[in-house]
Amino acid sequence: MDENTKKRDGHFYRALFCSTFLISAFTVGGGFVIISLLKAKYVDEFGWLEDKETLDLAALAQSMPGVMAVNASILLGYRMAGILGALTALTATVLPPLITISLIAQAYEAFASSPIVRLALKGMQCGATALILNVAVDLVRKQWGQGVNLPLLILVATFVLNFFFDVNLMILVVVDGLVGFLFLRWAEAK
Amino acid sequence: MICLLLFWEFAKIGLVCVGGGYASMPLIEDAVVHTYHWLTLSEFIDIFTISQMTPGPIGINAATFAGMKVAGLPGSIAATLGFVTPSFILCLTVARFFFRYGNIGAIQGVLNGLRPAVVALICAAGLSFVALSLFDSETFPASCAAMREAFDPKSALILALALTAARRKINVIHILLASGVLGVALGMM
Repeated sequence: MDENTKKRDGHFYRALFCSTFLISAFTVGGGFVIISLLKAKYVDEFGWLEDKETLDLAALAQSMPGVMAVNASILLGYRMAGILGALTALTATVLPPLITISLIAQAYEAFASSPIVRLALKGMQCGATALILNVAVDLVRKQWGQGVNLPLLILVATFVLNFFFDVNLMILVVVDGLVGFLFLRWAEAK
Repeated sequence: MICLLLFWEFAKIGLVCVGGGYASMPLIEDAVVHTYHWLTLSEFIDIFTISQMTPGPIGINAATFAGMKVAGLPGSIAATLGFVTPSFILCLTVARFFFRYGNIGAIQGVLNGLRPAVVALICAAGLSFVALSLFDSETFPASCAAMREAFDPKSALILALALTAARRKINVIHILLASGVLGVALGMM
């Protein structure tokens, strides 16, 4: 086991599995939504990880092949409890859609045309929106609290380019990484 | 045999789909619809619709649905396992490297740039979701009149209540469930 990952007890694995399973089961929306909810659970509620690590691993998950939510659960699980943690988080992330879609595949028409299902999913979408906003506000406020610096500029520029100008995510990630790297070089050279 | 093929094909898809979500759709379509005829195009579009409505990444949903169609439950498990196996191996390898060498200067520099980028992308995803929840569209309506037209007050109420609950640090899963129940209750009224 890596020295960076800690030994955990059965209670931890149960909590990790259950919370990840439920988040995966009830979160409508893509990778960054899941990341926000996992952060709310792992960091804010259980204190298993820090903000910074979560953001680092989210960036890593985004840059790897495959589905971001799956990558994120593997990376965060590994960080918290090694390979067993990664396996636990991965299983908990994959099982809910596997079960849901297997069931829906049997009765797609009934599912898609049910007004109750549609209303419940719409409601959960609003809930997920509130949760991601909450995480976003917390993170921006923390960054803001450090005054005007390079990270704040990167944050604003990336947001504007992505949200208003639809600039491709991969390009933004590469450029931001490069800017961070060059800035550190420049600061060290001074 | 068919399960092995499903595993292998989805492992290949999982390995090459970079950028996630919609970016991987054409790849999946190519293998599942055109190469192997596991699904018809209209079934594939159904998966896309289901994925918009249900929790879970579209890649996993497509793998499960195609596997189920071709070989029942064992097929759906094989396809899903195949899809996540490359991610698992790659992520563990990179994570190992990252935790060992992550604190060297160059990588820290890159991460200093990436951390705020992730925050920015979470904000952008959050705002797109506000548009989706309140106006049922991917982007905000262009004019005030269009906004008033598309505005969904029930969704706004759920969003506001959920946000209040989130600020008070109420359990994330309880908030999601309560939002779903509220959605049904308000919709039936």
